[in-house]
Amino acid sequence: MSLAQPNTDTNAPALDVERVRGDFPALHQQVHGKPLVYLDNAATSQKPQAVLDTIDDYYRRYNANVHRGLHQLAELATQAYEQARIKVARFLNAPDARQVVFTRGCTEAINLVAAAWGKANLKAGDVVLVSEMEHHSNIVPWQLVAEATGATVKPIPFDDRGVLLLDAYEKLLSEGAKMVAVTAVSNSLGTINPIGRIVDLAHNAGAVVMADAAQAVPHMAVDVTAWDADFVAFSGHKVFGPTGIGALYGKAELLDAMPPYHGGGEMIEQVKFTGTTFAQPPAKFEAGTPNIAGAIALGAAIDYVQAIGFDAITAHEKQLLDYGTAALQSVDGLKLIGAAPDKAAVFSFTLDGIHPYDMSPVLDHEAVAIRTGHHCTQPVMDRFGIPATVRASAAFYNTTDEIDKLIAALEKVKTIFA
Amino acid sequence: MPALDGMTIDDITTGFEFLGDWEQRFSYLLDLGKKLPPFLETDRIEGNKVHGCQSQVWLVAHVVTHNGKMRIEFQAVSDAHIVNGLIAILMTIYNGKTPAEMLAIDSQAIFNRLDLEQHLSPTRRNGLHAMVQRIQKLATEHA
Ligand SMILES: Cc1ncc(COP(=O)(O)O)c(C=O)c1O
Repeated sequence: MSLAQPNTDTNAPALDVERVRGDFPALHQQVHGKPLVYLDNAATSQKPQAVLDTIDDYYRRYNANVHRGLHQLAELATQAYEQARIKVARFLNAPDARQVVFTRGCTEAINLVAAAWGKANLKAGDVVLVSEMEHHSNIVPWQLVAEATGATVKPIPFDDRGVLLLDAYEKLLSEGAKMVAVTAVSNSLGTINPIGRIVDLAHNAGAVVMADAAQAVPHMAVDVTAWDADFVAFSGHKVFGPTGIGALYGKAELLDAMPPYHGGGEMIEQVKFTGTTFAQPPAKFEAGTPNIAGAIALGAAIDYVQAIGFDAITAHEKQLLDYGTAALQSVDGLKLIGAAPDKAAVFSFTLDGIHPYDMSPVLDHEAVAIRTGHHCTQPVMDRFGIPATVRASAAFYNTTDEIDKLIAALEKVKTIFA
Repeated sequence: MPALDGMTIDDITTGFEFLGDWEQRFSYLLDLGKKLPPFLETDRIEGNKVHGCQSQVWLVAHVVTHNGKMRIEFQAVSDAHIVNGLIAILMTIYNGKTPAEMLAIDSQAIFNRLDLEQHLSPTRRNGLHAMVQRIQKLATEHA
Protein backbone atom coordinates (compact mmCIF):
# COMPACT_ATOMS: atom_id res chain seq x y z
CA MET A 1 0.00 0.00 0.00
CA SER A 2 2.29 2.78 -1.20
CA LEU A 3 0.84 6.24 -1.05
CA ALA A 4 3.93 8.35 -1.57
CA GLN A 5 3.04 11.17 -3.87
CA PRO A 6 3.62 14.89 -3.77
CA ASN A 7 0.84 16.70 -1.96
CA THR A 8 1.53 20.23 -3.12
CA ASP A 9 -0.46 21.77 -5.85
CA THR A 10 1.65 24.01 -8.05
CA ASN A 11 0.14 26.80 -10.10
CA ALA A 12 -2.67 27.11 -7.57
CA PRO A 13 -4.94 30.07 -8.21
CA ALA A 14 -4.83 32.92 -5.70
CA LEU A 15 -7.04 32.45 -2.69
CA ASP A 16 -10.54 33.93 -2.95
CA VAL A 17 -10.91 34.86 0.72
CA GLU A 18 -14.51 35.98 0.53
CA ARG A 19 -15.49 32.69 -1.06
CA VAL A 20 -13.70 30.52 1.49
CA ARG A 21 -15.09 32.59 4.36
CA GLY A 22 -18.51 31.63 3.08
CA ASP A 23 -17.68 28.01 3.91
CA PHE A 24 -17.25 28.75 7.63
CA PRO A 25 -20.56 29.37 9.43
CA ALA A 26 -18.91 30.39 12.71
CA LEU A 27 -17.12 33.31 11.07
CA HIS A 28 -20.42 35.02 10.32
CA GLN A 29 -21.67 36.10 13.69
CA GLN A 30 -21.83 39.12 15.90
CA VAL A 31 -20.02 39.25 19.22
CA HIS A 32 -21.04 42.05 21.61
CA GLY A 33 -22.94 43.50 18.67
CA LYS A 34 -19.96 43.61 16.32
CA PRO A 35 -18.88 41.25 13.55
CA LEU A 36 -16.51 38.60 14.90
CA VAL A 37 -12.83 38.94 14.06
CA TYR A 38 -11.47 35.49 14.75
CA LEU A 39 -7.72 35.63 15.29
CA ASP A 40 -7.25 32.75 17.69
CA ASN A 41 -6.47 30.08 15.14
CA ALA A 42 -3.36 28.81 16.89
CA ALA A 43 -5.66 27.78 19.75
CA THR A 44 -8.21 26.21 17.47
CA SER A 45 -9.56 26.77 13.98
CA GLN A 46 -13.14 27.19 12.81
CA LYS A 47 -14.81 24.41 10.81
CA PRO A 48 -16.01 24.50 7.21
CA GLN A 49 -19.54 23.34 6.39
CA ALA A 50 -18.10 20.23 4.72
CA VAL A 51 -16.72 19.07 8.07
CA LEU A 52 -19.99 19.77 9.89
CA ASP A 53 -21.91 17.90 7.21
CA THR A 54 -19.59 14.92 7.42
CA ILE A 55 -20.16 14.57 11.18
CA ASP A 56 -23.90 14.90 10.73
CA ASP A 57 -23.99 12.41 7.88
CA TYR A 58 -21.98 9.85 9.83
CA TYR A 59 -24.34 9.88 12.80
CA ARG A 60 -27.47 9.97 10.67
CA ARG A 61 -26.57 7.31 8.16
CA TYR A 62 -23.82 4.89 9.15
CA ASN A 63 -22.99 5.21 12.84
CA ALA A 64 -21.55 1.82 13.87
CA ASN A 65 -18.49 0.52 15.63
CA VAL A 66 -15.48 -0.02 13.42
CA HIS A 67 -13.69 -3.30 12.75
CA ARG A 68 -16.31 -5.24 14.70
CA GLY A 69 -19.78 -5.70 13.27
CA LEU A 70 -20.39 -7.77 10.21
CA HIS A 71 -23.29 -5.67 9.09
CA GLN A 72 -23.73 -3.02 6.45
CA LEU A 73 -23.41 0.00 8.75
CA ALA A 74 -20.29 -1.37 10.43
CA GLU A 75 -18.82 -2.00 7.02
CA LEU A 76 -19.50 1.58 5.88
CA ALA A 77 -18.12 3.05 9.10
CA THR A 78 -14.98 0.92 8.92
CA GLN A 79 -14.38 1.84 5.29
CA ALA A 80 -14.80 5.54 5.98
CA TYR A 81 -12.57 5.36 9.05
CA GLU A 82 -9.81 3.58 7.16
CA GLN A 83 -10.25 5.92 4.21
CA ALA A 84 -9.63 8.81 6.61
CA ARG A 85 -6.39 7.15 7.66
CA ILE A 86 -5.32 7.02 4.03
CA LYS A 87 -6.18 10.72 3.66
CA VAL A 88 -4.01 11.57 6.67
CA ALA A 89 -1.17 9.46 5.28
CA ARG A 90 -1.35 11.27 1.93
CA PHE A 91 -1.67 14.62 3.66
CA LEU A 92 1.62 13.98 5.47
CA ASN A 93 3.15 12.17 2.50
CA ALA A 94 3.62 9.07 4.66
CA PRO A 95 4.72 5.97 2.76
CA ASP A 96 1.95 3.81 4.20
CA ALA A 97 -1.37 4.39 5.97
CA ARG A 98 -0.43 1.72 8.50
CA GLN A 99 2.05 4.23 9.86
CA VAL A 100 -0.77 6.55 10.93
CA VAL A 101 -2.26 6.06 14.38
CA PHE A 102 -5.40 7.97 15.29
CA THR A 103 -5.20 9.64 18.68
CA ARG A 104 -7.26 12.16 20.64
CA GLY A 105 -4.92 14.88 19.46
CA CYS A 106 -1.33 16.03 19.31
CA THR A 107 -0.91 15.83 23.08
CA GLU A 108 -2.00 12.20 23.22
CA ALA A 109 0.21 11.33 20.24
CA ILE A 110 3.30 12.74 21.97
CA ASN A 111 2.38 11.06 25.25
CA LEU A 112 2.03 7.80 23.36
CA VAL A 113 5.56 8.07 21.96
CA ALA A 114 7.06 9.30 25.24
CA ALA A 115 5.44 6.45 27.17
CA ALA A 116 5.71 3.57 24.70
CA TRP A 117 8.94 4.40 22.86
CA GLY A 118 10.43 5.97 25.98
CA LYS A 119 9.72 2.98 28.17
CA ALA A 120 11.41 0.64 25.70
CA ASN A 121 14.36 2.86 24.80
CA LEU A 122 15.27 5.26 27.60
CA LYS A 123 17.35 4.38 30.61
CA ALA A 124 19.13 6.20 33.40
CA GLY A 125 21.58 8.76 32.09
CA ASP A 126 19.98 9.05 28.63
CA VAL A 127 19.23 12.51 27.31
CA VAL A 128 16.10 13.88 25.63
CA LEU A 129 16.62 17.22 23.89
CA VAL A 130 13.58 19.47 23.82
CA SER A 131 13.59 22.90 22.24
CA GLU A 132 13.02 25.80 24.60
CA MET A 133 10.08 26.94 22.46
CA GLU A 134 8.09 23.70 22.79
CA HIS A 135 4.46 23.64 23.78
CA HIS A 136 4.11 22.04 27.23
CA SER A 137 2.69 19.05 25.32
CA ASN A 138 6.15 18.33 23.96
CA ILE A 139 7.93 18.94 27.28
CA VAL A 140 5.90 17.42 30.08
CA PRO A 141 5.47 13.91 28.57
CA TRP A 142 9.27 13.76 28.27
CA GLN A 143 9.71 14.94 31.84
CA LEU A 144 7.32 12.22 32.99
CA VAL A 145 9.18 9.47 31.15
CA ALA A 146 12.51 10.93 32.27
CA GLU A 147 11.35 10.71 35.84
CA ALA A 148 10.31 7.09 35.37
CA THR A 149 13.49 6.00 33.58
CA GLY A 150 16.18 8.23 35.08
CA ALA A 151 16.79 10.02 31.78
CA THR A 152 17.26 13.80 31.68
CA VAL A 153 15.54 16.47 29.58
CA LYS A 154 17.72 19.29 28.26
CA PRO A 155 16.55 22.42 26.44
CA ILE A 156 17.79 23.54 23.02
CA PRO A 157 18.02 27.35 23.26
CA PHE A 158 16.87 29.98 20.76
CA ASP A 159 17.99 33.55 20.10
CA ASP A 160 16.20 36.88 20.72
CA ARG A 161 14.31 36.57 17.44
CA GLY A 162 13.05 33.15 18.36
CA VAL A 163 15.40 31.24 16.04
CA LEU A 164 16.70 27.91 17.32
CA LEU A 165 20.45 27.91 17.87
CA LEU A 166 21.62 25.05 15.68
CA ASP A 167 25.20 25.38 16.90
CA ALA A 168 24.10 24.84 20.46
CA TYR A 169 21.89 22.00 19.25
CA GLU A 170 24.83 20.28 17.52
CA LYS A 171 26.93 20.67 20.63
CA LEU A 172 24.18 19.12 22.76
CA LEU A 173 23.86 16.27 20.27
CA SER A 174 27.57 15.62 20.40
CA GLU A 175 27.28 15.17 24.15
CA GLY A 176 24.84 12.35 23.50
CA ALA A 177 21.06 12.30 23.05
CA LYS A 178 18.55 9.55 22.35
CA MET A 179 15.55 11.67 21.41
CA VAL A 180 15.01 15.15 20.01
CA ALA A 181 11.53 16.61 20.50
CA VAL A 182 10.97 19.75 18.49
CA THR A 183 8.11 21.68 17.02
CA ALA A 184 7.85 22.42 13.30
CA VAL A 185 6.18 25.76 14.03
CA SER A 186 6.16 27.55 17.39
CA ASN A 187 2.66 28.34 18.64
CA SER A 188 3.76 31.37 20.64
CA LEU A 189 6.53 32.81 18.45
CA GLY A 190 5.50 31.66 15.00
CA THR A 191 9.03 30.44 14.23
CA ILE A 192 9.21 27.84 11.47
CA ASN A 193 11.97 25.42 12.42
CA PRO A 194 14.11 23.61 9.83
CA ILE A 195 12.89 20.13 10.71
CA GLY A 196 14.71 18.41 7.84
CA ARG A 197 18.04 19.81 9.02
CA ILE A 198 17.25 19.06 12.67
CA VAL A 199 16.44 15.45 11.74
CA ASP A 200 19.64 15.07 9.70
CA LEU A 201 21.76 16.25 12.58
CA ALA A 202 19.90 14.03 15.02
CA HIS A 203 20.23 10.96 12.85
CA ASN A 204 23.94 11.57 12.37
CA ALA A 205 24.22 11.58 16.14
CA GLY A 206 22.08 8.45 16.49
CA ALA A 207 19.03 10.20 17.94
CA VAL A 208 15.37 9.79 17.05
CA VAL A 209 13.15 12.83 16.31
CA MET A 210 9.61 13.59 17.48
CA ALA A 211 8.33 16.51 15.39
CA ASP A 212 5.28 18.40 16.65
CA ALA A 213 3.39 19.47 13.54
CA ALA A 214 0.32 20.87 15.35
CA GLN A 215 0.98 24.43 14.13
CA ALA A 216 2.44 23.38 10.79
CA VAL A 217 -0.35 21.38 9.17
CA PRO A 218 -2.85 24.27 8.98
CA HIS A 219 -0.38 26.48 7.14
CA MET A 220 2.04 24.50 5.00
CA ALA A 221 2.48 21.23 3.18
CA VAL A 222 4.09 18.82 5.63
CA ASP A 223 6.12 16.01 4.11
CA VAL A 224 7.23 13.50 6.73
CA THR A 225 9.17 11.55 4.12
CA ALA A 226 11.19 14.58 3.06
CA TRP A 227 11.73 15.49 6.72
CA ASP A 228 12.72 11.89 7.43
CA ALA A 229 11.29 12.47 10.91
CA ASP A 230 10.76 9.39 13.07
CA PHE A 231 7.53 10.54 14.69
CA VAL A 232 5.19 13.38 13.72
CA ALA A 233 2.07 14.44 15.61
CA PHE A 234 -0.79 16.85 14.97
CA SER A 235 -4.31 17.71 16.13
CA GLY A 236 -7.38 17.71 13.90
CA HIS A 237 -8.98 20.76 15.48
CA LYS A 238 -6.16 23.10 14.46
CA VAL A 239 -6.50 22.06 10.83
CA PHE A 240 -10.24 22.83 10.51
CA GLY A 241 -11.33 19.39 11.73
CA PRO A 242 -13.13 18.48 14.95
CA THR A 243 -11.72 18.35 18.47
CA GLY A 244 -10.86 14.99 20.04
CA ILE A 245 -9.04 13.60 17.02
CA GLY A 246 -5.44 13.78 15.93
CA ALA A 247 -2.79 11.57 14.47
CA LEU A 248 0.62 10.17 15.07
CA TYR A 249 2.88 9.21 12.19
CA GLY A 250 5.75 6.88 13.00
CA LYS A 251 8.47 5.03 11.12
CA ALA A 252 7.27 1.47 10.60
CA GLU A 253 10.18 -0.23 12.34
CA LEU A 254 9.85 2.02 15.37
CA LEU A 255 6.10 1.48 15.67
CA ASP A 256 6.58 -2.28 15.26
CA ALA A 257 9.14 -2.42 18.03
CA MET A 258 7.20 -0.23 20.48
CA PRO A 259 5.15 -1.78 23.28
CA PRO A 260 1.46 -0.79 23.38
CA TYR A 261 0.39 2.40 25.15
CA HIS A 262 -3.13 1.62 26.33
CA GLY A 263 -4.66 -1.82 26.70
CA GLY A 264 -8.17 -2.78 25.67
CA GLY A 265 -10.28 -3.81 22.75
CA GLU A 266 -9.03 -3.55 19.15
CA MET A 267 -5.36 -3.54 20.09
CA ILE A 268 -5.02 -7.27 20.72
CA GLU A 269 -4.43 -10.32 18.61
CA GLN A 270 -5.31 -12.87 21.24
CA VAL A 271 -6.19 -12.48 24.91
CA LYS A 272 -5.52 -15.34 27.29
CA PHE A 273 -4.87 -15.36 30.99
CA THR A 274 -1.64 -17.11 30.19
CA GLY A 275 -0.57 -14.16 28.05
CA THR A 276 -1.93 -11.71 25.50
CA THR A 277 -0.52 -10.94 22.10
CA PHE A 278 -0.98 -7.63 20.37
CA ALA A 279 -2.26 -6.55 17.01
CA GLN A 280 0.03 -4.94 14.42
CA PRO A 281 0.29 -1.13 14.25
CA PRO A 282 -1.74 0.99 13.95
CA ALA A 283 -4.36 -1.16 15.74
CA LYS A 284 -1.85 -1.93 18.50
CA PHE A 285 -2.03 1.74 19.53
CA GLU A 286 -5.77 2.27 19.12
CA ALA A 287 -7.27 0.61 22.18
CA GLY A 288 -11.00 0.98 22.60
CA THR A 289 -13.63 2.50 20.34
CA PRO A 290 -11.93 5.40 18.55
CA ASN A 291 -13.38 8.79 17.66
CA ILE A 292 -14.90 7.46 14.45
CA ALA A 293 -16.86 10.55 13.49
CA GLY A 294 -13.84 12.69 14.35
CA ALA A 295 -11.48 10.70 12.14
CA ILE A 296 -13.87 10.75 9.19
CA ALA A 297 -14.47 14.47 9.63
CA LEU A 298 -10.72 15.07 9.87
CA GLY A 299 -10.54 13.39 6.47
CA ALA A 300 -13.13 15.87 5.21
CA ALA A 301 -11.10 18.77 6.63
CA ILE A 302 -8.01 17.50 4.83
CA ASP A 303 -9.99 17.23 1.59
CA TYR A 304 -11.15 20.79 2.10
CA VAL A 305 -7.68 22.21 2.75
CA GLN A 306 -6.15 20.30 -0.14
CA ALA A 307 -8.82 21.55 -2.51
CA ILE A 308 -7.70 25.08 -1.69
CA GLY A 309 -4.07 24.03 -1.88
CA PHE A 310 -1.13 25.00 0.25
CA ASP A 311 0.42 27.19 -2.43
CA ALA A 312 -2.58 29.50 -2.23
CA ILE A 313 -2.78 29.21 1.57
CA THR A 314 0.91 29.93 2.16
CA ALA A 315 0.90 32.88 -0.24
CA HIS A 316 -2.17 34.44 1.40
CA GLU A 317 -0.85 33.92 4.90
CA LYS A 318 2.52 35.43 3.97
CA GLN A 319 0.63 38.52 2.90
CA LEU A 320 -1.18 38.57 6.26
CA LEU A 321 2.15 38.12 8.06
CA ASP A 322 3.81 41.02 6.24
CA TYR A 323 0.79 43.30 6.54
CA GLY A 324 0.23 42.43 10.20
CA THR A 325 3.89 42.84 11.14
CA ALA A 326 4.05 46.30 9.61
CA ALA A 327 0.70 47.35 11.09
CA LEU A 328 1.54 46.15 14.60
CA GLN A 329 4.99 47.71 14.50
CA SER A 330 3.37 51.06 13.83
CA VAL A 331 1.47 50.87 17.14
CA ASP A 332 3.32 52.98 19.68
CA GLY A 333 4.75 50.95 22.56
CA LEU A 334 3.95 47.60 20.97
CA LYS A 335 6.65 44.94 21.11
CA LEU A 336 6.41 41.92 18.84
CA ILE A 337 7.74 38.78 20.50
CA GLY A 338 9.11 36.47 17.84
CA ALA A 339 10.81 37.86 14.75
CA ALA A 340 12.21 34.80 13.02
CA PRO A 341 12.89 35.35 9.30
CA ASP A 342 10.96 32.14 8.63
CA LYS A 343 7.67 32.68 10.42
CA ALA A 344 3.99 31.74 10.36
CA ALA A 345 1.28 34.43 10.67
CA VAL A 346 1.39 34.41 14.47
CA PHE A 347 1.68 37.75 16.25
CA SER A 348 2.67 37.60 19.90
CA PHE A 349 3.07 41.00 21.50
CA THR A 350 3.09 43.16 24.59
CA LEU A 351 2.14 46.80 25.01
CA ASP A 352 4.26 49.06 27.21
CA GLY A 353 2.65 49.64 30.59
CA ILE A 354 -0.48 47.58 29.89
CA HIS A 355 -0.72 44.07 31.23
CA PRO A 356 -1.75 41.53 28.57
CA TYR A 357 -4.64 40.48 30.79
CA ASP A 358 -5.86 44.08 30.81
CA MET A 359 -6.04 44.07 27.03
CA SER A 360 -8.11 40.96 26.58
CA PRO A 361 -11.50 42.18 27.88
CA VAL A 362 -11.27 45.30 25.71
CA LEU A 363 -10.35 43.30 22.64
CA ASP A 364 -13.15 40.88 23.43
CA HIS A 365 -15.65 43.71 23.59
CA GLU A 366 -14.39 44.86 20.22
CA ALA A 367 -15.24 41.32 18.98
CA VAL A 368 -11.58 40.54 18.35
CA ALA A 369 -10.89 36.98 19.49
CA ILE A 370 -7.25 36.55 20.49
CA ARG A 371 -5.51 34.64 23.23
CA THR A 372 -3.76 36.09 26.24
CA GLY A 373 -1.38 34.09 28.38
CA HIS A 374 1.75 32.00 28.20
CA HIS A 375 0.21 29.85 25.44
CA CYS A 376 1.42 26.68 27.18
CA THR A 377 5.00 27.80 26.54
CA GLN A 378 6.14 29.10 29.92
CA PRO A 379 9.85 28.65 29.10
CA VAL A 380 9.36 31.07 26.18
CA MET A 381 7.86 33.68 28.52
CA ASP A 382 10.72 33.15 30.98
CA ARG A 383 13.23 33.51 28.14
CA PHE A 384 11.82 36.96 27.36
CA GLY A 385 11.15 37.83 31.00
CA ILE A 386 7.46 38.53 30.49
CA PRO A 387 4.42 37.05 32.24
CA ALA A 388 2.30 36.65 29.12
CA THR A 389 1.66 37.95 25.64
CA VAL A 390 -1.38 38.76 23.59
CA ARG A 391 -1.37 36.47 20.58
CA ALA A 392 -3.24 37.03 17.35
CA SER A 393 -2.94 34.06 15.01
CA ALA A 394 -4.25 33.93 11.47
CA ALA A 395 -5.67 31.26 9.21
CA PHE A 396 -6.23 31.39 5.47
CA TYR A 397 -9.73 32.79 6.02
CA ASN A 398 -8.47 35.95 7.72
CA THR A 399 -8.19 39.27 5.91
CA THR A 400 -6.06 42.41 6.12
CA ASP A 401 -9.29 44.20 7.02
CA GLU A 402 -9.47 42.06 10.16
CA ILE A 403 -5.92 43.03 11.03
CA ASP A 404 -7.00 46.67 10.72
CA LYS A 405 -9.78 45.90 13.21
CA LEU A 406 -7.25 44.39 15.60
CA ILE A 407 -5.15 47.55 15.33
CA ALA A 408 -8.20 49.76 15.93
CA ALA A 409 -9.08 47.66 19.00
CA LEU A 410 -5.52 48.09 20.30
CA GLU A 411 -5.83 51.85 19.88
CA LYS A 412 -8.98 51.62 21.99
CA VAL A 413 -7.04 49.68 24.63
CA LYS A 414 -4.51 52.48 24.71
CA THR A 415 -7.19 55.17 25.13
CA ILE A 416 -8.84 53.31 27.98
CA PHE A 417 -5.62 52.68 29.85
CA ALA A 418 -4.01 56.02 29.03
CA MET B 1 -8.70 51.71 58.03
CA PRO B 2 -11.64 51.98 55.69
CA ALA B 3 -10.48 51.39 52.16
CA LEU B 4 -10.57 53.88 49.36
CA ASP B 5 -11.47 57.25 50.81
CA GLY B 6 -14.25 55.85 52.95
CA MET B 7 -16.14 54.55 49.95
CA THR B 8 -18.76 51.92 50.73
CA ILE B 9 -19.90 49.06 48.60
CA ASP B 10 -23.25 50.85 48.23
CA ASP B 11 -21.43 53.80 46.71
CA ILE B 12 -19.80 51.49 44.22
CA THR B 13 -23.02 49.67 43.41
CA THR B 14 -24.79 52.97 42.83
CA GLY B 15 -21.87 54.11 40.72
CA PHE B 16 -22.15 51.02 38.59
CA GLU B 17 -25.89 51.29 38.21
CA PHE B 18 -25.54 54.88 37.16
CA LEU B 19 -23.12 54.01 34.39
CA GLY B 20 -24.85 52.67 31.35
CA ASP B 21 -22.47 51.01 29.02
CA TRP B 22 -19.75 48.51 29.52
CA GLU B 23 -16.95 50.87 28.62
CA GLN B 24 -17.91 53.37 31.30
CA ARG B 25 -18.14 50.64 33.91
CA PHE B 26 -14.79 49.38 32.81
CA SER B 27 -13.21 52.82 33.21
CA TYR B 28 -14.87 53.15 36.61
CA LEU B 29 -13.38 49.82 37.68
CA LEU B 30 -9.94 50.99 36.53
CA ASP B 31 -10.37 54.23 38.49
CA LEU B 32 -11.21 52.24 41.61
CA GLY B 33 -8.01 50.28 41.09
CA LYS B 34 -6.01 53.49 40.98
CA LYS B 35 -7.30 54.41 44.45
CA LEU B 36 -5.72 51.40 46.13
CA PRO B 37 -3.42 52.40 48.98
CA PRO B 38 0.24 52.01 48.01
CA PHE B 39 1.62 48.51 48.40
CA LEU B 40 5.13 48.08 49.78
CA GLU B 41 7.64 46.86 47.20
CA THR B 42 9.16 44.65 49.89
CA ASP B 43 5.84 42.87 50.28
CA ARG B 44 5.80 41.77 46.64
CA ILE B 45 7.31 38.42 47.47
CA GLU B 46 6.46 34.86 46.56
CA GLY B 47 5.08 34.09 50.01
CA ASN B 48 2.43 36.80 49.64
CA LYS B 49 1.22 35.68 46.23
CA VAL B 50 -2.35 34.56 45.70
CA HIS B 51 -2.27 31.55 43.42
CA GLY B 52 -5.03 30.82 40.97
CA CYS B 53 -4.98 34.24 39.31
CA GLN B 54 -3.79 34.75 35.74
CA SER B 55 -1.98 37.92 36.63
CA GLN B 56 0.19 38.27 39.70
CA VAL B 57 -1.57 39.21 42.94
CA TRP B 58 0.08 39.87 46.29
CA LEU B 59 -1.87 40.07 49.52
CA VAL B 60 -0.77 40.93 53.04
CA ALA B 61 -2.98 40.97 56.12
CA HIS B 62 -2.64 41.81 59.77
CA VAL B 63 -4.86 41.70 62.79
CA VAL B 64 -5.63 44.83 64.79
CA THR B 65 -7.39 44.87 68.12
CA HIS B 66 -9.45 47.92 68.85
CA ASN B 67 -11.83 48.28 71.82
CA GLY B 68 -11.31 44.58 72.50
CA LYS B 69 -12.48 43.66 69.04
CA MET B 70 -10.25 41.85 66.60
CA ARG B 71 -10.35 43.13 63.06
CA ILE B 72 -8.49 41.99 59.98
CA GLU B 73 -6.91 44.55 57.73
CA PHE B 74 -5.49 43.55 54.42
CA GLN B 75 -3.98 45.05 51.37
CA ALA B 76 -3.45 43.60 47.94
CA VAL B 77 -2.15 44.63 44.57
CA SER B 78 -1.84 43.17 41.10
CA ASP B 79 0.23 43.89 38.02
CA ALA B 80 -3.00 44.06 36.01
CA HIS B 81 -5.19 47.18 36.29
CA ILE B 82 -8.50 45.38 36.06
CA VAL B 83 -7.53 43.11 38.91
CA ASN B 84 -6.65 46.17 40.99
CA GLY B 85 -10.21 47.34 40.40
CA LEU B 86 -11.53 44.03 41.66
CA ILE B 87 -9.19 44.22 44.66
CA ALA B 88 -10.58 47.68 45.42
CA ILE B 89 -14.08 46.23 45.50
CA LEU B 90 -12.97 43.36 47.73
CA MET B 91 -11.29 45.80 50.11
CA THR B 92 -14.45 47.86 50.29
CA ILE B 93 -16.40 44.74 51.14
CA TYR B 94 -14.03 43.06 53.57
CA ASN B 95 -11.35 45.32 54.91
CA GLY B 96 -11.25 46.09 58.62
CA LYS B 97 -14.10 43.74 59.49
CA THR B 98 -14.14 41.20 62.32
CA PRO B 99 -13.62 37.59 61.26
CA ALA B 100 -17.27 36.83 62.03
CA GLU B 101 -18.43 39.75 59.90
CA MET B 102 -16.15 38.65 57.08
CA LEU B 103 -17.49 35.12 57.12
CA ALA B 104 -21.06 36.38 57.04
CA ILE B 105 -20.52 38.34 53.84
CA ASP B 106 -22.04 36.93 50.68
CA SER B 107 -19.58 38.37 48.20
CA GLN B 108 -21.18 36.44 45.37
CA ALA B 109 -24.42 38.32 45.89
CA ILE B 110 -22.55 41.61 45.84
CA PHE B 111 -20.77 40.76 42.62
CA ASN B 112 -24.07 39.65 41.13
CA ARG B 113 -25.53 43.04 42.03
CA LEU B 114 -22.61 44.77 40.36
CA ASP B 115 -23.41 42.74 37.27
CA LEU B 116 -19.69 42.45 36.76
CA GLU B 117 -18.99 38.78 36.46
CA GLN B 118 -20.53 38.36 33.06
CA HIS B 119 -17.88 40.74 31.78
CA LEU B 120 -15.07 38.74 33.30
CA SER B 121 -13.67 35.71 31.56
CA PRO B 122 -14.17 32.41 33.41
CA THR B 123 -10.45 32.28 34.22
CA ARG B 124 -10.57 35.76 35.68
CA ARG B 125 -13.64 34.77 37.70
CA ASN B 126 -11.52 31.95 39.11
CA GLY B 127 -8.88 34.49 40.08
CA LEU B 128 -11.49 36.59 41.85
CA HIS B 129 -12.70 33.51 43.70
CA ALA B 130 -9.10 32.67 44.63
CA MET B 131 -8.80 36.08 46.28
CA VAL B 132 -12.11 35.70 48.10
CA GLN B 133 -11.05 32.28 49.32
CA ARG B 134 -7.78 33.66 50.63
CA ILE B 135 -9.66 36.34 52.57
CA GLN B 136 -12.18 33.85 53.94
CA LYS B 137 -9.35 31.55 55.00
CA LEU B 138 -7.80 34.44 56.93
CA ALA B 139 -11.11 35.06 58.61
CA THR B 140 -11.56 31.39 59.49
CA GLU B 141 -8.09 31.23 61.01
CA HIS B 142 -8.92 34.09 63.31
CA ALA B 143 -12.55 33.28 64.03
C1 LIG C 1 2.77 23.44 18.99
C2 LIG C 1 1.66 22.73 19.71
N1 LIG C 1 1.83 21.46 20.12
C3 LIG C 1 0.88 20.78 20.74
C4 LIG C 1 -0.34 21.35 21.02
C5 LIG C 1 -1.36 20.55 21.75
O1 LIG C 1 -2.45 20.26 20.96
P1 LIG C 1 -3.75 19.57 21.58
O2 LIG C 1 -4.10 20.36 22.79
O3 LIG C 1 -4.75 19.68 20.50
O4 LIG C 1 -3.39 18.16 21.90
C6 LIG C 1 -0.59 22.65 20.61
C7 LIG C 1 -1.87 23.30 20.92
O5 LIG C 1 -1.97 24.39 21.38
C8 LIG C 1 0.44 23.35 19.95
O6 LIG C 1 0.26 24.63 19.56
